[in-house]
Amino acid sequence: MSLPRVHHLTLPDPKQTAGFAVRLGACLQPGDVLLLEGPIGAGKTHFARALIQSLLAQPEDVPSPTFTLVQIYDGPDCEIWHSDLYRLGHPDEVAELGLIDAFDTAICLVEWPDRLGVLAPEQALHLSFEPGATDDARRLTLRWTDPRWTDLITELAP
Amino acid sequence: MRTLTILGLESSCDDTAAAVLRQTGDARPEILSSVVMGQNDLHAAFGGVVPEIAARAHAERLDGCVIKALDQAGLSLREIDAVAVTAGPGLIGGVISGVMCAKGIALGAGLPLVGVNHLAGHALTPRLTDGAAYPYLMLLVSGGHCQFLIVRGADDFTRLGGTIDDAPGEAFDKTARLLGLPQPGGPSVELQAKQGDPARFRFPRPLLDRPGCDMSFSGLKTALLRARDGLIAEQGGLTRADRADLCAGFQAAMRDVLAEKTRRALALYRAEAPAQPMLAVAGGVAANLAIRGALETVCAEQGIGFTAPPLALCTDNAAMIAYAGLERFRSGHVDDMTLAARPRWPLDRGSPPLLGSGKKGAKA
Repeated sequence: MSLPRVHHLTLPDPKQTAGFAVRLGACLQPGDVLLLEGPIGAGKTHFARALIQSLLAQPEDVPSPTFTLVQIYDGPDCEIWHSDLYRLGHPDEVAELGLIDAFDTAICLVEWPDRLGVLAPEQALHLSFEPGATDDARRLTLRWTDPRWTDLITELAP
Repeated sequence: MRTLTILGLESSCDDTAAAVLRQTGDARPEILSSVVMGQNDLHAAFGGVVPEIAARAHAERLDGCVIKALDQAGLSLREIDAVAVTAGPGLIGGVISGVMCAKGIALGAGLPLVGVNHLAGHALTPRLTDGAAYPYLMLLVSGGHCQFLIVRGADDFTRLGGTIDDAPGEAFDKTARLLGLPQPGGPSVELQAKQGDPARFRFPRPLLDRPGCDMSFSGLKTALLRARDGLIAEQGGLTRADRADLCAGFQAAMRDVLAEKTRRALALYRAEAPAQPMLAVAGGVAANLAIRGALETVCAEQGIGFTAPPLALCTDNAAMIAYAGLERFRSGHVDDMTLAARPRWPLDRGSPPLLGSGKKGAKA
């Protein structure tokens, strides 16, 4: 396995966070997995909501998936899975949710992906959100090993 | 009206449930039994509510729930008139388990099958418990939901607004997580808030400055997080008083937003000149006495009836599914063996969706 590539971004406010989500969303294809890391209030769901809504032909609610665990949307080419694994007790439950299959066929956004353990797909793009210099700002660290992301990230976030 | 006895099944969320409901003529329906098998005892051990996501576990428990519900009602399947089942929305594995079980019973016992929307079950509960007359205003406020609905009929809902991000129950749970309080967050935050000073921290009242009934609670959680981190940076930790004050400030903000948005929803609802105006609040958050008190006050000011069904009928249960099934069945609705489980099933397809971030995008 090659060493992970790392890219840092500063997102000054929620609007810019949403803007980056929309630009990244436009490049996604079936089988892409985004693992959204960071503490409560870091902006994971905000990012996911902006990305998902930009891909929906018909505007639709994108509620927090904390209680429902998984919300599934019809994207242009495939399903979009938005999940929050915080409430899971055991990685086995990931399979029960159907996420393992979805990793191959859908666009997946996963919050609290540490619950995946060894089930985290290797091709995934890790996005780690942290508080930034101001209340509205966030620092975003992107990590990946799959070369698919290298050009894409260079283009989207120079 | 013919007497009807309905068996209801519910397995769309964490719990598995079955119930038997009977309506004699047009009298208030009677819950003959209501069995809920969940994992509530385990919840406190974890940072969240531990879900039972395994379709297999629902499937295994459903049979037992049905047998127990029939036993407690003292009835056999021969005395049931129809089987009602949650057909969505929810975790698809659980919903499929319930629908399959209901189809098996319907087929085996030769009974009509009625698919029910889980949210309709919640929204119709005030008719089961209080005989609420259509149209009434419903505030569904729970862990996963927050919306205002005008309920005009068993299949006729108009959504006036709702949360564009987190549900209030979720905000309470996350507040508890941020402050190291036990789950579920509703009761533990309320307990702390009672001892706290709501004026010490002035948290934002999101979207109060904008018209309409939409709400946002994600920013409130972030504001609480900042206040907590500010205190920790300043003094190296949180005192008990700090924690109580943070909870009190959070609860006050939540109460103010819900009360003001309720006022606006009532204005829209009253414009329809309902004959017996009523606000019904259902969901775990209705158990919060501060919030409930504020909503009762809003209704009293406007001379509008208020009800909050008992908590056991506000959390997930099958009696509400049996009741919603009863209304649908009475109106002539019957499903066949093609009834499908639906992971998403909004009550009101006509109203624009809640787009998040306070933005309204192009309408479909």
